[in-house]
Amino acid sequence: MKFTRARGVGLLGIFIAIVLLFAVNNSLGNKITETSKIQSIWDFTSTIRIPDSAKMKEDPKAPPVAAIELPTMVTISLICGALILVGGVLIAKNPERGWVAPYMSSVIGFGFFSILLWAVANNSVDLSDTLSRVVRLGTPIAIGALAGIVCERSGVVNIGIEGMMLTAACFGYAAAAISARMIYGESLPENVVKGVVWLPLIIGIFGAILTGGMMAALHAWLSIRFKVDQVISGTVINIMAVGITGFTRTNFLLKFESPLRAGLPQMPLGPLADIPLIGPILFDHKPITYLMILMVIGLNFFLFRTVWGLRTRAIGEHPKAADTVGINVNRMRYRNVIIGGMIAGVAGAWFSLEGSFGFDDGMTNGQGFISLAAMIFGKWNPIGAFGGSLLFSSADALQLKVQAYNFDLPSQFMQMLPYVVTLIVLAGVIGRAKPPAASGKVYEK
Amino acid sequence: MTANVVPALEVRNITKQFPGVLANDHISFTLLPGEIHAFLGENGAGKSTLMNILYGLYDPDEGEILINGKLAKIKNPADAIGLGLGMVHQEYALVDTLTVTENIILGTELRKGPVLNAKEASQRVRELSEQYGLAVPPDAIVGDLPVGVQQRVEILKALYRNVNMLILDEPTAVLTPQEADDLFRVMRELADKGKALIFITHKLREVREVADRITVLRRGKVVGDADPKTASEGQLAALMVGRDVVLKVDKTAANPGDVVLKVRNLNLRDDRGLTVLDDVSIDVHAGEVLGIAGVQGNGQTELVEAITGLQALPSGSIELLGKDITNRPPRSITEQGVAYIPEDRKGTGLVLGYSIRDNLVLSTYYKPPFTKGLTFNDPAIDEHAKELIATFDVRTPSATTTAGSLSGGNQQKIIVAREFTRENRLLIASQPTRGIDVGSIEFIHNQIIKQRDAGLAVLLVSAELDEVLALADRVAVMYHGKIVGILPIAEATRERVGLLMAGIQEQANV
Repeated sequence: MKFTRARGVGLLGIFIAIVLLFAVNNSLGNKITETSKIQSIWDFTSTIRIPDSAKMKEDPKAPPVAAIELPTMVTISLICGALILVGGVLIAKNPERGWVAPYMSSVIGFGFFSILLWAVANNSVDLSDTLSRVVRLGTPIAIGALAGIVCERSGVVNIGIEGMMLTAACFGYAAAAISARMIYGESLPENVVKGVVWLPLIIGIFGAILTGGMMAALHAWLSIRFKVDQVISGTVINIMAVGITGFTRTNFLLKFESPLRAGLPQMPLGPLADIPLIGPILFDHKPITYLMILMVIGLNFFLFRTVWGLRTRAIGEHPKAADTVGINVNRMRYRNVIIGGMIAGVAGAWFSLEGSFGFDDGMTNGQGFISLAAMIFGKWNPIGAFGGSLLFSSADALQLKVQAYNFDLPSQFMQMLPYVVTLIVLAGVIGRAKPPAASGKVYEK
Repeated sequence: MTANVVPALEVRNITKQFPGVLANDHISFTLLPGEIHAFLGENGAGKSTLMNILYGLYDPDEGEILINGKLAKIKNPADAIGLGLGMVHQEYALVDTLTVTENIILGTELRKGPVLNAKEASQRVRELSEQYGLAVPPDAIVGDLPVGVQQRVEILKALYRNVNMLILDEPTAVLTPQEADDLFRVMRELADKGKALIFITHKLREVREVADRITVLRRGKVVGDADPKTASEGQLAALMVGRDVVLKVDKTAANPGDVVLKVRNLNLRDDRGLTVLDDVSIDVHAGEVLGIAGVQGNGQTELVEAITGLQALPSGSIELLGKDITNRPPRSITEQGVAYIPEDRKGTGLVLGYSIRDNLVLSTYYKPPFTKGLTFNDPAIDEHAKELIATFDVRTPSATTTAGSLSGGNQQKIIVAREFTRENRLLIASQPTRGIDVGSIEFIHNQIIKQRDAGLAVLLVSAELDEVLALADRVAVMYHGKIVGILPIAEATRERVGLLMAGIQEQANV
């Protein structure tokens, strides 16, 4: 029997699952022992509750009502058992492709879940709230990854996503603030103060998209017209973004009085939002999060089912072949890089109009780079990149959640978690990802 | 053919000047519907330049192109295709990660609005492939297909665009003899259906086999037309080169001595985990040439690199004169008497930016007489260069000219000069004559045989079957990283070696 990556990952998965099985069960048991005098470590009384959001919404003050209640030990044991079983299948069957990434993601995801349970032992934790946060925090990462895919699939490396997002966040916010002032004056009229002021916010989103597109146009111009090394050009974008936004903030945004007080609102999707577990995770979000999901599905369709997608994939892989059948490679690259920048602009809008309201220096906080990691994780496929984004954002959500519970691990270590996960994933657990062959290469006839 | 047939293509006085070279010098020819017109010429004779002009990749300085009797302006490949002129390049213009159908329709997609009509496209491809007897799997990923099938995809790509003229640039370079025969059958079928074909090659045998008409190019000029039925290979070669050429290498029977190189059970996988070397074991004796035949990319490169120390080996052993040299550093292997002509002349063989004199001491510069203490002994290096340039007939203005500015043949002579002047026991020659002129080929072939007769063990790797058959005393065939057969030269017929090259072992052994 040969040692292959699939088998290695299977083995690793089994090992982690066994460790979790004993570590989590054991420590849960110990904690419970201290407080409630239950002697057995195999405690069957602790439960994982999935709240019934519909009922809880009717009366927010009543004690939480559970729609589904699962015994903790049994659930963990079953999940660990399943992971061990699948790991065994991996070792026995040695599948060529398609198994490793989903399996490793499940192991890591379950690992996070276990750490969470461990941290909150004996307290109640709202699982759907945590998972909903994963989707929320994953939104800018996923959108950034889509931006990267559009660029790199056409053969242009875009390391400047971070900078495009940051600039878009800054000018998106500025556009919203200024347009609100122009429309409403010093303060919002009485009748709209409570409601949502859609118009300036939408102008803000478009401002962000436009800004992203302009930054990307600069990247395209430098790397296609002047054949600047694409990594250098992207770095220029990133450094420039810090300067431009810092200047704009101190010299303008801080002094500007805008009547706008709140960003994009929560928009639960009617009855869909009341489905237990699924509802809060998928159907109770702000607009850009929904947009992200549509964009993932949309880009997947465009990339693999349309003429544009076929040509994009061709010029990123073998531009000369595309050229000989009459496709204008550089024009398409310009177009794709700019579209990518506009997509990154949407992610920028998330930071200053949806995730929080307002602009701070460096508020994108490296998420643009994590986007690129998610893109690589997903092997330049939209759906895969979306999965990668959720993986990274769940590390982020976990550290936020765990910190809230006075967990006895220094918070700095927990904050490192998303980046450590990124590092491990990129170091090859998922396998070597092969970028589009012509990515990063200038096309000359 | 009657006189009133309008030629599908007529070329008048095409001239193209590159810095320092007149690549095409007033070339004129006609191409009739339904004929296979071969262009024969050495590398650098101007064949590829001419075809690239026809296909719109270069602008001619002078001359005109008529298609179906009408003056045509061809600015880019899209124009050419629009005028019914397709081309299959030596390096296929295929996107490895796309499917066969996607590759074929790229650029002229069947669509419903912006959406691809995948079903109908794959149906069209299937129809086309049946119509012309070009079997391809429409939904397979191109990168997974063998080269011969990829070539059919290239041809289909042109046919899909309704071309009636097709240029095939050195189409047999990467094919096994059997695949080449299959290609010739397809070419004949296309011609019978009224397509006009231009077939570019430097292989004389193929031209006589398939062409209806032959035009020979030399140094950018048309030097003659020939009828494949009457012209002999010798006549064609003389036309190509401009003088009589000895096609056979003069050599006596080998007189093999002790084993010099002993290779045992080499195994190697690439990054993707695919097998590159599969349990390779060979012996090379003093005084013999072991030729390794095989289609390019079947592990020959890695085998040679393993022996010369350029490729780390996870398993297996290599012995030189009984001494283990597995995974030793290249310099140590060189110093034990290994001469190496690498397949990549420009990348591995020479430092193109260095002068000829420096290139000539690349493997000995650190030893006396070329060094004196910490510095070079320039007079000794100059003297060495002067001597070798004369002995090996390197045509160069001076010893300080950079290697990069010489022709392929002269570059190869520098490598040969450098490698052959050390004390050697083993010579490894990988594609020693790829892309060089016939004169240089002759010279290098004779040098290799001279080394053999001087008692060296010679390992020759070549993708040109004719070269292997001309030089080798024993022929080993590699297929998918495996030595699938070793034949004494007397039993190594084209057919038998060809079948082995295609991995068909049973029939070859009958």
